[in-house]
Parts: sequence; structure tokens; C-alpha cells
Amino acid sequence: MDAAAHESHDAHGHDHHHDPRLAHHFEDHQHQFDTGKLGIWLFLGQELLFFGGLFCAYSIYRGLHPEVFEEGAKFLNTNLGAVNTVVLLFSSLTAAWSVRAAQLNNKKGLILAIVLTIGCAFGFLGIKYVEYSHKLHEGVFWGQSFHPTREILEEAHVTPGVVPMPAEDGSVDPKAEKIAMLKPNLHTFFSIYFMMTGLHGIHVIAGILVYLWILRRAIRGDFNSEYYGPVDFTALYWHLVDLVWIYLFPLLYLIH
Amino acid sequence: MTADAAHIVSSRDDTYLNHTKGLLSWVVTLDHKRIGLMYLLSTALALCLGGVFALLVRTELWGPEENLMSHDVYNQMFTLHGAVMVFLFIIPSIPAAIGNFILPIMLGVKDVAFPRLNLASFYIYVVGAIFLVTSMYLSAIDTGWTFYTPYSSSAQVGSQSAVMSSAMGVFILGFSSIFTGINFIATINTMRPKGMGWFNMPLFLWAVYATSIIQVLATPVLAITLLLLTVERAFGLGIFDPALGGDPVLFQHFFWFYSHPAVYIMVLPAMGVISEVIGTFSRKRIFGYKFIAMSSLAIAFIGFLVWGHHMFTSGQSKLASMVFSGLTYLVAVPSAIKVFNWLTTLYKGSIRLNAPMLYALSFIWLFAIGGLTGMFLGTLAVDVHLHDTYFVVAHFHYVMVGGTVMALFAGLYYWWPKFFGRMYNETIAKVACLLVFIGFNVTFFPQFVMGSQGMPRRYYTYLEQYQPFHQISTVGAYILGFGILMAFAGLILAALKGPKAPDNPWGANTLEWHTSSPPPFDNYASQPEATDPYDYHALVFDEKIGGWVKVEDAPATGGEA
Repeated sequence: MDAAAHESHDAHGHDHHHDPRLAHHFEDHQHQFDTGKLGIWLFLGQELLFFGGLFCAYSIYRGLHPEVFEEGAKFLNTNLGAVNTVVLLFSSLTAAWSVRAAQLNNKKGLILAIVLTIGCAFGFLGIKYVEYSHKLHEGVFWGQSFHPTREILEEAHVTPGVVPMPAEDGSVDPKAEKIAMLKPNLHTFFSIYFMMTGLHGIHVIAGILVYLWILRRAIRGDFNSEYYGPVDFTALYWHLVDLVWIYLFPLLYLIH
Repeated sequence: MTADAAHIVSSRDDTYLNHTKGLLSWVVTLDHKRIGLMYLLSTALALCLGGVFALLVRTELWGPEENLMSHDVYNQMFTLHGAVMVFLFIIPSIPAAIGNFILPIMLGVKDVAFPRLNLASFYIYVVGAIFLVTSMYLSAIDTGWTFYTPYSSSAQVGSQSAVMSSAMGVFILGFSSIFTGINFIATINTMRPKGMGWFNMPLFLWAVYATSIIQVLATPVLAITLLLLTVERAFGLGIFDPALGGDPVLFQHFFWFYSHPAVYIMVLPAMGVISEVIGTFSRKRIFGYKFIAMSSLAIAFIGFLVWGHHMFTSGQSKLASMVFSGLTYLVAVPSAIKVFNWLTTLYKGSIRLNAPMLYALSFIWLFAIGGLTGMFLGTLAVDVHLHDTYFVVAHFHYVMVGGTVMALFAGLYYWWPKFFGRMYNETIAKVACLLVFIGFNVTFFPQFVMGSQGMPRRYYTYLEQYQPFHQISTVGAYILGFGILMAFAGLILAALKGPKAPDNPWGANTLEWHTSSPPPFDNYASQPEATDPYDYHALVFDEKIGGWVKVEDAPATGGEA
């Protein structure tokens, strides 16, 4: 890293009383802040399209097979989903508060807001862990691994349709013994559920990591009313993560 | 002394090349010029690697029987050729290599908006490239560069583990592309110099801007698609696998939603290079500036709406096909606007046929053929006949190689004196250009003919009636390969031993020619005011330094040199 530090030091050589947090190719803090803000919005734009692919897959499969989605949603625990929604909404509030605290030079408030945000993020992941482990324990997997147990079918009030068991040659005798059968391709719902919530979860983890870094810088006293870009940009990212969940919750949990 | 000269602070001996020394000073540099050169080196290596795969494929096709490799290896070879060329070479070549170097200097700034992100995007590229290339050792992918499902998601032969590592490689490469795009948009939006409104920008910047928009908005869709493919492959997700109720055509929709706009990621920056070169070497103000600038945005916009034309025969609805066909024709309009404006710029210009200009003229010629044959493929009924034949292969090679590679060399020869402060050998450059042009046409023109006669693409063997075409094509490929090597040799020779280049050897008036060659470490001491990029009368040739100077500096600069 020496060479890079040397380079940037040299680039600063002809400026007086230079703030090390202002990169040499910007005119002033406002210029740097505006550029960073545009950058983060562009990044959020690509995030939107990244999730957009999954939302698109969701719409197509739900449009073609609405019954699979209605049935699948019964397996989800609406209460836990609702609690998680509240947790994330609250964390968005604390994230916004952290920006305000930085703008007001309120170091204690800034640190408290960031800690609360990180705490909520961990809370969200904890609840998600409870949901996931219950499903996986009961065989509710994605795609080819979907083999739900009888217990979870009862718990979800899913009553499999009953069809006659076909004979060896494939012919069906209406009087034959009946077998229980779930809606065909019910596992598609869980493929999409695990993919969307999983990807969202990864974004929550990424958010935690970034916030830990912001916390370290906040404790060090890097941020003030003139320089608070990173706090603002991270909060914007966090709002997007929140926003994605705001769509996931009704689309996956509240559709029956 | 004018303000212009005062912008150059460092003495001529202190350049970005020798400002700091040692390998480490390159590896961790945040300087956009060095990052651009590292991109240039990597993409050039990728071009050579992809070229070797291409020559192996062409050699195998010399006869219909097995000549060199088994059919399985052949499938891997054309897949690797496509994947390496598209993802490792063409997409990053002009924007990330030339763009990184030139864009900030053209704007008169010291660096791109986010220098750390810029370096990060280079290393993300390197990691992605390692993933993609190491998959060759695992058991190279044989799906074609398009990774079509369900073969890629469920086939248990040939490509077992390689699909995952290749798809992850391309996934990672995508983020390198996205970060470059974000960087360039932010730089152009917020860091233009005084006096450079949107419509005073050099056209190369317009082209890179339009490219960046596509990179930021289209690439994430490819990323999610390949992530789904990888998860599908690893855990049996079933989104694209018909055996699990998934829809393989959905994969094609997702894939082409990125990969069609990606065609414009490849060709738009090339068009930007051509706009600069044509104007400079005609010594005439570029004709229809606003039309060229806006057509870049139009291509970027319409490019998002035509992906379905890759799927006319995949069973999409007739209505969808008709709409996509109509929109495909619409892209021809902004593309043609550019070609007509370049031709009109040439008209009554004082044309100098230096190497960059020869490459640029080749570009116009080949791009015109590539574009016009696209019309055949956009026509629904004709496409049913031509789909998946060598006609398609020839068409997109005319656009990608005839377009992008020609423009890449035009740009490299044009800006090489700025990169390294040394002139290239005009004879080597021109002979190389001629070889590339001839070799290219000999390779790909016969493919139009055999494609229209029904030779399917990607086939290992063929009927005897196609053999003459295949053999001509293979000969052409070797000429093309030799020409490209020679073009690179000319550049390397120039960088090492070329005579010193003046600051402005071509008499161009964009800002990068107003700093020294090679540029000092921080480009400019303070941001210079914008010039009129296409006002060639503001410059006169100074015989003492062998380059062009501002009219008002003409008497003074002689002594300085």
C-alpha cells in the first residue's frame, strides 16, 4: 500500500491545509459528496435490476400457476414475517437517524443509531434463522429436495388432494386405493422463496459488515456535518434492503 | 505563455509512467492511466487466448472428419472461444482499457470519480477471469457461451463441474463491468470542466456514457440469471429445469435481456472511437454532432427492447416476435445515422490515411455489412431459415470483430502516442491493417454464403459441399491472426523503441491532446477550461516539434520544445 499512499500524498503536495478525507480530484466536500451520492444511486439502480430478475420470475410463475403460490404461502409463518417487517422498518428509522446525527455533529447519537441498526439486522437474521431451520427440518426444501413431512402439512392446513393410485401399467381404476398428492410443482414456490429471501439475507449480512466499518469510523470520529457521505450512502443502501423486504413480505406471506 | 501551457505542471521527464517505480507501484496504483494499461494488457492477453481457441476450431473444420480433436473437445473449444472473447476481451476492451485512460484526461480531471472502485473493478475482473479460465482444467464447458438450459443446468456429461465455475466467473466479471459503468457515469456527470456542457463533450464521452448506462442496468440481470443457473446446478432449484416444472425459455429471456444490450456495450465505445478518429483525420468538424451523440443514447435505449429477436424460433408468441422484429428494425435507424454522419464528415475533408484512419474506414465498411445482414436476421420469415447457421456467425463477427476489434486498433494507434509518448511505425501499422482487413473478410464472407445454404453453426462435421467455404475461411483465419499479431507487434515496438511523440501529433482538439505525451502523473495542475473538441482551425502544425499547437501559441512554443 506504500506506493498508493505515496501517490496520493504527492497528488496533494500543492494544496494547503488539506483535509485527508477530501480526495485530490474533487474541488470541495460538496463536490465529493454529490459524486458519491450519484454513485450510490447508480449502485442501487443495479441492485433493483438484480432483484428485478427474481421478481420477474416470481410474476411469471405466479401468473401461470397461482394455485402453487396460494398453497405454498400457507407454509410460511405470517407472524414471524410481520415481526421481521417491523424490525426492518425500525432499523430504517435508526439508519435515517444516524445520518441526521452525523449532520448535527452528534457523535453519541450517531454511534447509538448505528448500533441499533446493526442490532435490528441481527434480530432480523435471527428470526429468519428460526423460520428457515423449522422448514428445512420438516423437509420443506426447494426444487428437487422438496419432501414435506406430514406434521408440517397439518400445521400449514394443507390437505393434499386424494387421487386413485395407478396400477402397474399406468391405468387408473377409480376404486383403487387412494394416495395423497400435493399440488404439482409446489416446490417451485419454495425455490423462489428461498432464492429471494436468501439473496435478501445475503444483502442484510453485507449491510451488517458495512455498518460495522461505519461504526468503527464513527467511533474514531471521522464524521461531522461537513463529511458524512459514507453514513448517508450506507443508509441509502440499507433503505433499499428494507424496501425489498417490504415487497417480499406481502408477495410471499400474505397472498392467501 | 497561455493558460493552457500552465496546466502542465510536471516537467516533461516526470510522467505517470516513471512517477513511482516498481511492480508494487503498479499493482496497488489508483491512477486511472495505469489501471487502463493493466486492463489493456489483460484484454490483449484474452484476445490472444480466444484467438488461439478460434484457430483451433477453424483448423478442426478444415475437413468434415476428425483432424485435430474429438467432438467433445471441439465443443469445449468453441465455447471457450466465445466465452473468453465476449466476457474477457470485447466487453472490457474499449471502455475499461482505452476509456479508463482517456476519459478523465478528456474531461481535464485528475482521476475518475472513484479511483478505489476503479482498481477494485480491475481485480474483480482478474478474479472472474481466473474462475472462467480455470474451469478449463476442471473439464471445460461445452454449452456454448450462451449457457442455454436445460443442457447447462442438468446435463451430466461433459460439463459437470465447469458450468458452475464458468457461470460464477461471468457473474464476477459482470460486477467489474457494473463498477466501471458507475464510475464513468459519475465522472462524466459531476466532473466536467468549466465550459463543457453536455453538448460540448467529445463524442467518445457520449458513447462511453451510453455504454455505462447499459452496463449498470443490464449486467445485474445477467448476474441474477447466472446465479440462478449456478444454484440450479448445485442444489436442483428447478427454476429453469423442465423436469422440475421450470421454464428453460425463461433462461433465454433473462440471458438475452443482458446479452443483447451487451452487443451495444461492445460496439458503442467503438463508435465513439470512430467519431474521434474520423473527425481528426478529415480535419473537418464532425458532421451532425448532436445526431451522433443522441443516437448513442437511442441505441442504448432501444437496445433494451429487442432481446426477443434471439428467440424467434424458441416458441415465443407470434405477437411478441412481431414486436421484437419491428423494434429490431428501429435500432438500425440510430446506427445508420452514425454511419451517414461519418461519411458526410469525410466528404470534402482533408483526409489523411494514417493507420488509425485506415482502421476507422475498415470499421465503417465492415460495420455496414454486419449491420445490413442483421436486417435479414431481424426479418421473421428469413430468420427461420437462417437461425443457428453460419450466417448468424458471420453477421455477429462482422459487428464484433469487424466493428469492435477494428475500432480498438484504431483507438490504440490513435492514442498510443499519448499513452507512451512514442510514435509507431506507419508502415507496419498499415500492412497489419491491410492483413487484418483481408484476413477478416476471407474468414467470414464465405460463412455468409455457406450459412445461407444451410450450414448450421457449432457443428463438428459437415456435408462435403461446404468444404471449400470452410477451407477458405480457415485460411482467412490464419491471415487474420497473423495481422492481429503484427498490429500488436507494431504497438509494442512503438512503446519500446518508437521516436518521441509530440503532445499533439494528429492536430486533434479534445483536451487529452493539450497535456503532454505521456501525461504527467496528475494530468493537469488545475482543471483546464473546455475547448471546442472539433475546432481543428484552432491548431496549426509546428514543424520544429513535428506536432500541432494552438494558433496563439505557435511562435512561442517553438523555443520551448
